Amino acid sequence: MADLTAFQAWVAQSARSIGEHAAHLTDLDRAIGDGDHGANMERGFTASARLAEDEQFSGIDTYLKKVGMTLVSTVGGASGPLYGTFFLRLAGPLSASDDAGARELSQALRAGVEGIVARGKAERGDKTMYDAFAPALAAFEEAAHTGRTIQECLDQAARAAEEGRDATEPMVARKGRASYLGERSAGHVDPGASSAALVLRAAAQTLA
Amino acid sequence: MKKFINDPADVVVEALQGVALAHPDRLRVDLERQLVLRVGGPVPGKVGLLSGGGAGHEPLHSGFVGPGMLDAACCGQVFTSPVPDQILAAAIAVDAGAGVLQIVKNYTGDVLNFEMAAELAEGEGVRVRTVLVADDVAVEDSLFTAGRRGVGATVLVEKIVGAAAEDGLDLDACTALGEQVAGASRSMGIALGSCTVPAAGRPTVDLGPDEIEIGVGIHGEPGRRRQALAPARELAAQLVEPVVEDLELRRGERALVFLNGLGGTPQLELYLMFHEVHRQLKERGVDVVRSLVGSFLTSLDMAGCSLTLLRPDEPMLRWWDAPVDTPALRW
Repeated sequence: MADLTAFQAWVAQSARSIGEHAAHLTDLDRAIGDGDHGANMERGFTASARLAEDEQFSGIDTYLKKVGMTLVSTVGGASGPLYGTFFLRLAGPLSASDDAGARELSQALRAGVEGIVARGKAERGDKTMYDAFAPALAAFEEAAHTGRTIQECLDQAARAAEEGRDATEPMVARKGRASYLGERSAGHVDPGASSAALVLRAAAQTLA
Repeated sequence: MKKFINDPADVVVEALQGVALAHPDRLRVDLERQLVLRVGGPVPGKVGLLSGGGAGHEPLHSGFVGPGMLDAACCGQVFTSPVPDQILAAAIAVDAGAGVLQIVKNYTGDVLNFEMAAELAEGEGVRVRTVLVADDVAVEDSLFTAGRRGVGATVLVEKIVGAAAEDGLDLDACTALGEQVAGASRSMGIALGSCTVPAAGRPTVDLGPDEIEIGVGIHGEPGRRRQALAPARELAAQLVEPVVEDLELRRGERALVFLNGLGGTPQLELYLMFHEVHRQLKERGVDVVRSLVGSFLTSLDMAGCSLTLLRPDEPMLRWWDAPVDTPALRW
């Protein structure tokens, strides 16, 4: 089960992990974007991680909404609205829950990923963060459906996200700044899919 | 990297402090929100004109705030779009009851943040419309891409719609005019060298000493191809031909010509290039009726230029000629 403290640990672990990989994310973005994904994500997640130190939260949902708004307000670029929407939508299915089980987490993850699609209008194969989030959601739902523990569901989701990230390498981008490169975007892993895999791996390390 | 900076993280705010000190009579700067606002605004009954984007493209947009052009500019981090609550604050600040028009360059980050801001503003009772500028012919449009990039035509939309809003056109008319100007404009750029983002500390693009990028984007994104440096007349042709063809400018038609420096190219070379462009347009039977030459939409320290052509109608020319009084554009 995942309570408020676990969600706060998730955001803190995401911030640490993104901080450690910021230079790598920026290098990936230099190759097919404009080289600021690492710095932008680090700024946003650092600010989000600080929320738990500075404020008291009454529930998981109010906390996740604040994280979402903080990401929207601090990341900028396309990633700000996309990650912000993800966390804002996660909150919905968790509004009545102090301790989320696999079923609630599954619903929350679905709402969050659907939020990313609604905002960014991306499809599988566009070479975006959705190529990591979509398989992660599918893996989580399948594991939850067959009665796995939360830890098993999260592990499978994180692994699916990493495979999804790696699968973006040969793709030709059809969304975002990388799409302006056309064929020249192939051969590079997508930075958004990379940061998504880090955030989902952090979930597997903290939420169960 | 040799740049006039203290800390890369403070570049935008410290520059805005300079803007505030340099133009106290015409601009009001909100440092916390990174907004540049017109002194004396909002103007009662006038549509509020709002634009913004990543920093690093100055004078776009902050230099175009003032009578006859923008009411506010939102400055993001370097090459990163502004965020929704920042844009919302600007929309509320410039709304005088006649609504707000956002002029947005077609980059996914800008589009998403301005879209979220518009939703928030409507929730606050501010009517918001958006004109999306997507004029760069270097990258092909298709059903599968995010569309063309928005570049030089942004300056033309801001000037022409700025004058129309000052003239009292309502929100729907200003929106329609903005779409007409954006739709009648095409652009393309050439980079002779890379820009260097302060936070990255090294050049964005690895261009060899004799290599140039044809169709470069305003953040150093690749365009159509890389090739060897060539004489100016050949480079001018490589801009004129695709832009004229995409715009389908025919013999006997008129054009407003905007030759823009990308930040690292001196006026001497820009005017030399303008001479080539003008001559080649004349050879094609295109009549240059207005021109603007200078660095108005830059990409930090990138050497290079972009060409924007607009097929103007009479109202567009009248509003182009109308007085403008901003730090970077004034007549």
